[in-house]
Amino acid sequence: MNRINQALAQDKKLISIYFTAGYPELEDTTEVIKRLADAGTDVIEIGLPYSDPLADGPVIQKSSEQALRNGMSTRKLFQQLQGIRDTVDIPLIVMGYFNAMLQFGVEDFCKACEAIGIDGIIMPDLPIDIFERDYKALFETHGLKFVPLITPETSEERIKTIDELGDSFVYMVSSSSTTGGEQGFGEEAMSYFKRISDMNLNNSLMVGFGIKDAFSFEQASRFTSGCIIGSEFIRRLTNAGMEGIAPFIKSLK
Amino acid sequence: MSKYSVSEKGFYGDFGGAYIPELLFPNVEELRQNYKQIIGTDDFQNQFKSLLKDYVGRPTPLYLAENLSEKYKTKIYLKREDLCHTGAHKINNTVGQILLAKALGKRRIIAETGAGQHGVATATVCALMGLECIVYMGAVDIERQAPNVARMKMLGATVVPATSGSKTLKDATNEAIRDWINHPKDTHYIIGSVVGPHPYPDMVTQLQSVISKEVKAQMLEKEGRELPDYVIACVGGGSNAAGLFADFMDHEDVGIIGVEASGKGVDTTESAATTILGREGIIHGSKTLLMQNTDGQITEPYSISAGLDYPGIGPLHAHLFKTGRGKFVSITDAEAMEAGLELSRMEGIIPAIETAHAFAIFKYLEFKEDDVLVFNCSGRGDKDLETYRKYFGY
Ligand SMILES: Cc1ncc(COP(=O)(O)O)c(C=O)c1O
Repeated sequence: MNRINQALAQDKKLISIYFTAGYPELEDTTEVIKRLADAGTDVIEIGLPYSDPLADGPVIQKSSEQALRNGMSTRKLFQQLQGIRDTVDIPLIVMGYFNAMLQFGVEDFCKACEAIGIDGIIMPDLPIDIFERDYKALFETHGLKFVPLITPETSEERIKTIDELGDSFVYMVSSSSTTGGEQGFGEEAMSYFKRISDMNLNNSLMVGFGIKDAFSFEQASRFTSGCIIGSEFIRRLTNAGMEGIAPFIKSLK
Repeated sequence: MSKYSVSEKGFYGDFGGAYIPELLFPNVEELRQNYKQIIGTDDFQNQFKSLLKDYVGRPTPLYLAENLSEKYKTKIYLKREDLCHTGAHKINNTVGQILLAKALGKRRIIAETGAGQHGVATATVCALMGLECIVYMGAVDIERQAPNVARMKMLGATVVPATSGSKTLKDATNEAIRDWINHPKDTHYIIGSVVGPHPYPDMVTQLQSVISKEVKAQMLEKEGRELPDYVIACVGGGSNAAGLFADFMDHEDVGIIGVEASGKGVDTTESAATTILGREGIIHGSKTLLMQNTDGQITEPYSISAGLDYPGIGPLHAHLFKTGRGKFVSITDAEAMEAGLELSRMEGIIPAIETAHAFAIFKYLEFKEDDVLVFNCSGRGDKDLETYRKYFGY
């Protein structure tokens, strides 16, 4: 079984952390991954920085810019991740923007991910119709889970279509916003989490965008399998460095 | 269905489509489902035509530039978009899109701008229609285009600096898209060129195609035939070009010439000549030609004209280029500035620096004496006086 599905099968709320590869320093990528895994993170999303990250707010934009200035690139990331499976066995997902994948060659990208032991890919700007038509078979060949996104504005009909495309989890964007907004979840968000949960999709649900602490984590995972934390983690990493990683993960539990 | 019009799925050959985050899907889908129908209604058409006539000042003249014709030994007409209200073709699009936004019940308008021409054209129609207007503009551009920032503010718009990336047009576009993601219900995004996800390239082309339609009628009146031998326009994203080319693309004997900015030259790192320096990829939700490094990171373009300072071109133009239907020429800063001066001195028309690029093609292309050329005189030079002044030392 794919590591993502193994993790989802556990009887607990999963903590998934997004970070930008090559940030704060170029060679920090694997160190961040190891520390996250040691601290008890359940799933890691490795952000391949992009020059024009349309779905991201200021915190991830800044870390991406810095990582690119540090010299991060697609090839560099794949080099850094060589051998990561010797020490880390939790699910690893690569998150990036589709143009980077396209320029590397979609098939080569998938092969490189498979060789490293990557379990899945999140490409927010790869539309589902194009994924299905051109790349679904390729992802499957290389054992990569495609993680689609939905938002509060996504229609039920479209959610059902999206649910057909993957067989791991659907990334539920907590509100209609770029990453890094919000503070705790109100009634509207809570009823959205419940509404989608009540649809009993084939895929599990993970909530992302706007989760900062144990409180918002508990709220967003109440009806779902867990949460993805990005901007807040990067903020902590920026302020407290490597030493801040373990305490932050512990604080969520 | 014409060879060069958009397919049902939003593609021009290999280019176009809507490579957008799911977060943006509802917004773009609402537009996709409604734009053709709304634009097709009598109500829309009547309002659009009436505003273009009485507010924008259309039809714009098709002017025979006799002095220039004599010098280059061919027949040169100028389509005078520079005479439009606010000084450029950009307002044709904003008038159309504001009517569309109203038909969709939107209350809040966002836009991106580089030189500020599209920002001013958007702020203008928002003032006219009483809608809230937020314009994203790169922090660098805010500084170098101060008069247009003041115009937007006077018109009641809020100008928000884009401080990410290189702080110019591409980043302003990113910020506008992010704003739209954060406001999926009440906001319409008025894109300023034939770029972005489907249906924008097609929608903006349709709204700008009034240029082409007028040229046809004016050609008939002046030349006794509808079709010129060449249509020529500068290409930033490509909206003034698409507007001029629209009704001529299917007539294969009309030559189509797009003029790009090569900045300090295509062999330098400071250029915006996308058809030469670009490769296929995705920018702002569209598959097209764009300037990027081997990793697909979008590179920063350069041109002396802020309006041509965009790292991509609209998917229609990428298609015209790839199929060979359109010829693309690139012109340096220096060549454009000289051409701008020449048009001023010979015809008494000071063009926008974007526009001036088109008039520099005679160095590279030859025409026959009985050829009829129609240039899109896309905008006037008022906004560029400071740049001209510094360049020529007046
Ligand atoms: C006068 C003028 N011409 C041309 C352009 C380039 O845009 P497009 O290629 O969309 O016509 C601009 C953009 O600001 C402009 O102001």
